[in-house]
Amino acid sequence: MITYLEAIREAQAKALADDPRVFIYGQDVGSFGGAFKATKNLAKEYPGRVLDAPISEDAILGAAVGAAIGGMRPIIEMQYADFSTVGFNQVVNQAATLYWRTETCCPITVRLPSGGTAGSGPFHSQSMEGLYAMYPGLVVMTPATVEDAYSMLLEAVAIDDPVIFCEHKYLYYHLKAEGLPTEALPVGKARIARMGRDATVVTYSAMVHECLAMAEELATEGYEVEVVDLRSVRPLDTDTVLASVARTGRLLAVGEAWPWGGVTAEVVARVASEGFALLDAPPRRLNAKDTPIPYHPNLWGTHRPTAQTIARSMRELLRL
Amino acid sequence: MLDFAKRISASAATRERFAEAYRWMLLARVMEEKLASLYRGGKITGGVFLGKGQEALSVSLGISLQKGDLFAPLIRDQAGRLAFGEPILDGIRTYLGSRLGPMRGRDGNVHRGRPKEGLFPMISHLGSMISVVCGALMARRFKGETGMVGATCLGEGGTSTGAFHEAMNLAAIERLPLVMIVANNQYAYSTPNSRQFVCEDLSTRAAGYGIAGHTVDGTDLDACLSVVGNAVERARRGEGPQLVVANLLRLAGHGEHDDAGYIDPALKASPLGRDCLKVAEEALIAREWVSASELACWREEALRQVEEAIATAQREPAPDPNMEKWCALATSRLADSYAVEQAP
Repeated sequence: MITYLEAIREAQAKALADDPRVFIYGQDVGSFGGAFKATKNLAKEYPGRVLDAPISEDAILGAAVGAAIGGMRPIIEMQYADFSTVGFNQVVNQAATLYWRTETCCPITVRLPSGGTAGSGPFHSQSMEGLYAMYPGLVVMTPATVEDAYSMLLEAVAIDDPVIFCEHKYLYYHLKAEGLPTEALPVGKARIARMGRDATVVTYSAMVHECLAMAEELATEGYEVEVVDLRSVRPLDTDTVLASVARTGRLLAVGEAWPWGGVTAEVVARVASEGFALLDAPPRRLNAKDTPIPYHPNLWGTHRPTAQTIARSMRELLRL
Repeated sequence: MLDFAKRISASAATRERFAEAYRWMLLARVMEEKLASLYRGGKITGGVFLGKGQEALSVSLGISLQKGDLFAPLIRDQAGRLAFGEPILDGIRTYLGSRLGPMRGRDGNVHRGRPKEGLFPMISHLGSMISVVCGALMARRFKGETGMVGATCLGEGGTSTGAFHEAMNLAAIERLPLVMIVANNQYAYSTPNSRQFVCEDLSTRAAGYGIAGHTVDGTDLDACLSVVGNAVERARRGEGPQLVVANLLRLAGHGEHDDAGYIDPALKASPLGRDCLKVAEEALIAREWVSASELACWREEALRQVEEAIATAQREPAPDPNMEKWCALATSRLADSYAVEQAP
């Protein structure tokens, strides 16, 4: 068995082994192996290519851009997605504009340990994908499975553009698979995680598993809910979403990020403008509560959508 | 002022080096004067930013760098750009919006460069190019290359950013061959130094990073060639990052839209307010390195080059929105096709 976290470690090991241009840079990623052990033993296995960085998110990301200009393919670990705000400028103004301005590629991969876990609180729990997805010039990946964590990270490193790789911390240890995948859907294609005919739920990252649990529960009530895993939110596979809504007539978009704007709003907007006639009921969204992310497990468990709260929203949608 | 010009400093440059530097300064000054007049005539969209008063410092860096070095200039580095090898047409085309310029109309004025050739295009966020140069130097080191230098420029105001601090510290940790030039031109846009920092001399900050710091009179071409040249050589020899702070006065507005009415007249009258180009010119004459008629020829030649470049760029096509590839990704298959379709 291999966990989501081990898959991320294995993908980085393979990237280092396959391509001398790859190096890893981030806080505590060296001999310590990273705050979550995503780079465990890599500094030993690849001497000089897995470097500890000072607590300087702006400089880390700026250096990544410079290294990419210099022909390298850096993998940057932000210790937490939340801390990437300190280096935001380098990502959205430097990395995201470089190719368009100068025809110089900027192949950097920025790993963002994202999303909530119990007890992590307001500054170690955020989901930043919607923020980065707003910017042209970036690719934003949100893998939900062990297989995708592995294959999409390898593709992220191979892509000639800056990739924001949102890996979910809740899935690090909870999610296991039999082994590493040998083939994968290309980035940009969504995946039907569960087939259904009565309604479509569009989601990504850890919420895929809450939605699958919800679909299982509703199946016992006689409803077949289709679960679409977006896999990447930029590009967002609108065709697969629309095709699913065409089959079911109902849409619920679920995300762990905050409700103002973001990925779920984008999904609903796209379906409303491109597939209005396919809808038998108004499209719905379910997101985290509109407050900072709370520390206490009781509060946190209610702050983000869960299988139970998604099921409640879905039952309402099915009754419309 | 004249006394100063006649003083031949102990570290006076050779005639050849001094004259070459002067000619790049002159070309930059003439070019920028032309750009300013085109701006006033409404021929340039967006801003025009002059390096007037900073040419001696800027050229000293550009002339000390070699092919294969990295350079991330800031807004007042026309002289350094030319000396580093940026074709004069790059600047003129970018200002005039020619499709054939290095930025193809996608970015303008001082936001230009050729990253693949080691000339990095600045973004507007001050201090943010330093770490980019650091990363590019790390890339060279990964590839086993040695002997190169990466240089970048900033004003004193830019040293107040977190980006400056983070990148200087990173450069020190990695012991990178980075040359950080700070033009202390007394004003960050309109903000005087008294509202920007408190320390006596910004170069003392170098000690806090554990790197070498140098201070130089930015109005004195001899001193700039010596101090900046020495800093570049020290970095090249593996002595780690070098911080050079040059004291001078910006002899123009922040941009040509700015009449700089806030500049203290006492500063203009002080030694800081000397025009480095005039000072260098007077030194050339005083040392009998060049005659007045030769100087006039150099000016003529600079003017001819500038006018030729402007005439060329003015004949060239502007970018065509219908021909533009509206895709920000190198990997066009990953463009968000729905987002593409929603645009006008």
